[in-house]
Amino acid sequence: MNVVPISYYLVLSAILFGLGVVGFIFKRNIITIYMEIELMLNAVNLAFVAFARAHNHLDGLVYVFFVIVVAAAEAAVGLAIVITIANNRRTLNVEDVNLLKF
Amino acid sequence: MSIPFLLFFISAGIAVVGALLLIVAREPIHSALALILVMVALAVLYLLLGAEFIAAVQIIVYAGAVMVLFVFVIMLLNAGVEERTNYSKLAKFAGVPLGVFLLLEIAHWMWRSAAGSTVANGAGAPNQAAFSTVDLSKLLFQDYLFPFEATSILILIAILGALVLAKRGE
Repeated sequence: MNVVPISYYLVLSAILFGLGVVGFIFKRNIITIYMEIELMLNAVNLAFVAFARAHNHLDGLVYVFFVIVVAAAEAAVGLAIVITIANNRRTLNVEDVNLLKF
Repeated sequence: MSIPFLLFFISAGIAVVGALLLIVAREPIHSALALILVMVALAVLYLLLGAEFIAAVQIIVYAGAVMVLFVFVIMLLNAGVEERTNYSKLAKFAGVPLGVFLLLEIAHWMWRSAAGSTVANGAGAPNQAAFSTVDLSKLLFQDYLFPFEATSILILIAILGALVLAKRGE
């Protein structure tokens, strides 16, 4: 059977992670920045599954499972924080939330 | 070009286009829809890698639950078009080249580490059958039982934290 080489998946994972980093730097909306973090987590998950396939080992899939759980918890708490900030400051722009900025 | 290659390139193209849309979209709701596109494309790739359980979890938990949460918050806060601010010079002249460099660096080392081994390229892999969900659950509930229970505590704390934060402060 003609299978796709694992390195293709790894390069795709690197591209997605890089796009996530670029978006994380350039986006100004808090919610969109959270989405970029989710994109980076997804890219890492793809690398985990690809390595699990390469070594024919199930442990990588367990790590993906944990990453998904932690991402869900992080999204719940993070979005609660976003709602609190939006209620208090009436803005979603990270440039305007500068109380802790040096 | 065989079917797995075709599927891989279609899904990978959709994922990259979705990630680009996520960055260039100015409306947060468009970004959320683009991210759902990326997640569905990744689920197809997981199926292609034989990880059926992870593909199902990806659709149910990520594209289902987490993204519904995002869309719900976007609707709740009535998030409109993102304002364009003048970026700092440092981000433009140092951030972009460094970001591209990081991307090339990661891609290069991943390519080298994977291209070097025959196992990674499927040639010498002993078994290309799909991962068994039964084996995965045995691993999860036996070897990884303690981390599994720890994540349940983590989720409990996350629920409590979200409740405390979402409560209107008096």
